[in-house]
Amino acid sequence: MLEAYLSLFVKAIFVENMALAFFLGMCTFLAVSKKVDTALGLGIAVVVVQTITVPVNYLIYNYILKKGALAWAGLAGVDLSFVGLISYIGVIAAMVQILEMFLDKYVPKLYNALGVFLPLITVNCAILAGSLFMVERNFNFGESVVFGLGSGVGWALAIVALAGIREKLAFSDVPAGLRGLGITFITVGLMAMAFMSFSGIQL
Amino acid sequence: MAKVTEVLFEPIFKNNPIALQILGICSALAVTGKMDTVIAMSLALVFVNSLSNLSVSLIRKHVPTNIRIIVQMTIIASLVIIVDQALKAYAYDISRRLSVYVGLIITNCIVMGRAEAFAMKNGPVLSFFDGLGNALGYALILVSVGTFREILGTGKFLGYNILTPTTEGGWYVTNGLLVLPPSAFFLIGFFIWALRTWKKDQIEEDN
Repeated sequence: MLEAYLSLFVKAIFVENMALAFFLGMCTFLAVSKKVDTALGLGIAVVVVQTITVPVNYLIYNYILKKGALAWAGLAGVDLSFVGLISYIGVIAAMVQILEMFLDKYVPKLYNALGVFLPLITVNCAILAGSLFMVERNFNFGESVVFGLGSGVGWALAIVALAGIREKLAFSDVPAGLRGLGITFITVGLMAMAFMSFSGIQL
Repeated sequence: MAKVTEVLFEPIFKNNPIALQILGICSALAVTGKMDTVIAMSLALVFVNSLSNLSVSLIRKHVPTNIRIIVQMTIIASLVIIVDQALKAYAYDISRRLSVYVGLIITNCIVMGRAEAFAMKNGPVLSFFDGLGNALGYALILVSVGTFREILGTGKFLGYNILTPTTEGGWYVTNGLLVLPPSAFFLIGFFIWALRTWKKDQIEEDN
């Protein structure tokens, strides 16, 4: 039991890394990876939001949207799964907002550290994808918590690693046309190839 | 009419959403392995982006600024649901292979970005063409990356043999790297390089 969760966790971080194996959250991944500090802040914010939203969306899907899920309310034949997308994104936006207010009131230090990254997370596709994968793969509640945490950690790991490389890259002589975005793409490509070597691991 | 052509064609080379604005990259990388998914994805984005720009622009004067993001998101999400349901009904196989990426058009920053940056400030007709132009700029990159990956990676184009691979008695040794997702990064990187060598003003300064 514990073993299954552990392997799912490791798998979500390395083998199925959100950023480097599925290319999710790429826009922020490329735009906010110039400095390690900011990358770390964004990474932590993603971990927190992902760990909360995936299980919450699990509950919404299984107790409200899924076919027959409304049986507890006497509406056994109702299938609301087609409004899934709109409700997940609503939940994510709401959770980010609540988290922002909560942190502002009780943990102002973390709130200041995360700064503008919190609202940005709503449009980070890694978060929405976490919920969509959870539905597609039929996780149970425990698995959805572990998957949320693992995929968040994996994404954070990838963006911090890329920021580290880009800080060093700033000192190198890159051909004019490749400077900035171009060379970043190629760097990420090499990182993704390195991460592909995890894909043979059987857990 | 001059303005319409301008907003329609500018995003294709001069202000390309992927190569210059860094918008909408996730799906560009993940779905480019095969041409049929590329075409489905491009059509989906053309539909969503032009109509979302049109509808956001139509109601832009009635939406209070502090809830505009939620309103935009609802419009986009509704359009994406239409696309998703249509794909499931008429092209189930492609819909399976696109997996979560159709849903992710909602968070595709091209759509949000254009709604926020253009449609909130301009009239419906211009906004519609701006959405169309940006979606076409996105489609251009997707199609060029997809073409390279499919022809060189499998020797086929849309399922027809172009370069007969050795496994089927031909001469072409398929390049396995191009079937793997990381190759999309290299191809987009080189595409940006080529584009910026052609249009020098897009080169980024040292920072």
